[in-house]
This record gives sequence, C-alpha cells and structure tokens, in this order.
Amino acid sequence: MAEEVKLYGTWSSPFSRRIELALKLKGVPFEYIEEDLSNKSPELLKYNPVHKKIPVLVHNSKPIAESQVILEYIDEIWNNNPILPQDPYQRAMARFWAKFIDEKALATRMKANFAEGKERELVTEEFFQQMKFLENELNGKDFFGGETIGFVDIVAIVVAIWFPLTQEVLGVETFTEEKFPVLFKWIRKITEIDVVNECRPPREKHLAYVKARIEGLKSASK
Amino acid sequence: MANEVVLLDFWPSMFGIRVRIALAEKGVKYEYKEEDLKNKSPLLLQMNPVHKKIPVLIHNGRPFCESPIIVQYIDEVWKDKAPLLPSDPYQRAQARFWVDFIDKKMYDSLRKTWTTKGEEQEAAKKEFFEVLKTLEGQLGDKPFFGGDNFGYVDLSLIPFYCWFYTYETCGKFNVEAECPKFIAWVKRCLQRETVAKALPDGKKVFEFVSAMRTNLGLE
Repeated sequence: MAEEVKLYGTWSSPFSRRIELALKLKGVPFEYIEEDLSNKSPELLKYNPVHKKIPVLVHNSKPIAESQVILEYIDEIWNNNPILPQDPYQRAMARFWAKFIDEKALATRMKANFAEGKERELVTEEFFQQMKFLENELNGKDFFGGETIGFVDIVAIVVAIWFPLTQEVLGVETFTEEKFPVLFKWIRKITEIDVVNECRPPREKHLAYVKARIEGLKSASK
Repeated sequence: MANEVVLLDFWPSMFGIRVRIALAEKGVKYEYKEEDLKNKSPLLLQMNPVHKKIPVLIHNGRPFCESPIIVQYIDEVWKDKAPLLPSDPYQRAQARFWVDFIDKKMYDSLRKTWTTKGEEQEAAKKEFFEVLKTLEGQLGDKPFFGGDNFGYVDLSLIPFYCWFYTYETCGKFNVEAECPKFIAWVKRCLQRETVAKALPDGKKVFEFVSAMRTNLGLE
C-alpha cells in the first residue's frame, strides 16, 4: 500500500526538526509543509484542533500530535534504526530523560534567559543542577542512546543547538564547556553527524530569528 | 526470580492512584509506603533525586518515576494480563496524546479552583469546564476512552474524581450538572473493583485540603 507521510512544521522549531530527523534516520520519504504560525492553515487546525500547534505528523490521513508521541509512533511503525531501546527499564529511563528535557530544562532555560537580579541567580543555579543531572546520564557513553543516537539524543538536540545559539544572541556565557565538559563533548559528537546537520535550521537565519524574537519579548515585557 | 515491588506514594495523589490502579489491574503484589511530603524519606530522595516527588515505583531495587512512565513500564513488564495501552500503534499514540493533554490541562486548572479566589478562581473554573468538554467530545459514545475496555487514558483520568468534591465545594460548582456524560463515565469506572478500591473517599480528601486552605489563608 502506498504510504503517505506528511509533516506540518516550522523551520525554527526544535520540536518540528526532531521529527524530520527521526523520519530521515529511518529513511521514510515524507512531504514537508511549512506552517506560518501567525496564519495557521486549515489543515493544521483540522489535524490538531486541541492544541493547534506544530509538529503534526499525518500518516495515511491519520494525524498524530505532540513531538514525543510522534517519535514513539514513528519508532513503532518503522522498525529499522530503532530510536527507543527494547528493554522496558531502558525505555522507561529514555522516556524519563526526554520528559525532563522538554518539561524542566527548557522552561528553566527560558526563565534564566529573562530573569534579573536575585531571581536570575537562583534560576541559573537550578539550570546548572539540571544540566549536571543530564550530563551524568551520559556516564561514559558517546550518546544517551549508547553507541548510536536514540530517543534522548534526538530530544536533547534542543540543548545541543538551541541553547548555545540563544546564549550567543543574549551575550551570556552560563552554559559552558568548562562547567559541562562531558555534555559539550556529546554536543560536538552529535553535531558532527550528517543527518543531524541536515535537520538543523541554517545558522545565520536562525541567529537572526532568535535575535528578533528576544527583542520582541523584551519590548513586550516593558 | 524474586519480584520485589515497592510503591512510594501519598494517599490523595491522583498520580499515585494511577499506579495503584495499574498494579491492581495486573494483579501485582507490592509494598505500599506512605510518604510525608513535608518530611520526605531518605529512600524517596535517593530513588527520585531529580524531582523528589511521588509516586516512585521500585522494581527489584530500580526506581521508576513520573506516573505515565511508570504505568507504561508496568504495562510492558506484566504484559500477559489486562493490557492497559492499545495494541494498535495509532491508537497507542492517541492514548499517549490524551494522557499528555490531561497532565498539561487538568491539574493546573483544578489546583487553581481551590488555591485561588475571585477572578482567578472564576477563570480556573472556566478552563476546567473547557477541558472536561474536550474530554467528553473525545469519549463520544464509547463506554471508556479505551473503547469497550477500561485502559490507559481511563486510569490516568479517573483518579482526579476523588478531588471533585473538594473542587466543587471550594469552587461552588457542580460537574454533573455541566458534564453529565463525564460523570456517567466516572460511574462506569467506579464499577471496577480496582478503581473503587484505589480511590480514597472524596470527603476525606476535602478534610485534608481544608486544613491546607486554612494554612494558605483561604478559609
């Protein structure tokens, strides 16, 4: 049967890019539709009426939303180059760290970027603790997935690419190799992988975009 | 091999109740350890250093945290009995989506119905009813979110029911009047022994919350 795979996403979203990566890792051909979030398409609203967000994967006309749910679905439908481990304990650990990144690390990082004074100190300390926990998970391995990238690595690309880039735009240096040598070694390894680089936003365009967004957020809060 | 299962939990926690229902559905024997959240045990801090929260399932010495992750683990390990997640990958994805929705939307809006007053409380009530209406829409004419059978979404949602007496009393609203379909689903779930046994009495939860509200200066 002809497989029809469509991905509704945006070029700058780490959640969207991780789906592209998973599909490319498994060699799944797909049609990509770039969404304008200020003018969402009727299709997006039809396929994700609950959250109205990207990414949405549509497989043979059936929609799936929420990036981690989509990743697990992709892994179950296309068995080659597995993303999640087989062992239930390892799967639970992978899900735990992926949830930790998306629910804790991202939120803390955002707060740390915009907080001031004493609050900034406290939130930055929280961020350091979280990054230490994550770093400890690598535990001598090349990747969170072991010898090859897996579920946690794919989710953690937001840490590898988006965190340093935002930092560069803000002109701060809190997330450094000095503080997190093991994590930065992982960042170097993962950003050397061709398919990872195929699925990242182009640097100059990304820098300009993040700069504009931060400026927008700063003036909105005044 | 010895199958040693310990659950670190707190009696009114809806997240802990999820795990209790899952273990009961699978007929797993376990040791229940009640945590005092104002004085967390060294075991809890050791088993969940990242979040320091309950529930934590300890299986043969290895800890599992975060209720959706624990329930999926239980389903994968004790797979010969009472499947909790659907077998079809697309249905499984939908089940995961809805539990994620519940976790993102129910808890926060509900918490505000008893921790806030005035305009903030009214906004929380409105949000809560919108969430329920969305869930009712998803349930449709099915007996359970899982279809004909009680499953992952049902067990993730039903624990909130033991808090409804509290929400309704503090927020001065009535769920059955607004969402009768939802309450009909609740009643179907409560007919299951595993659910009826796992849910604490709503009035007991209210007594516990009343004490907390007094401390928060809301009574």
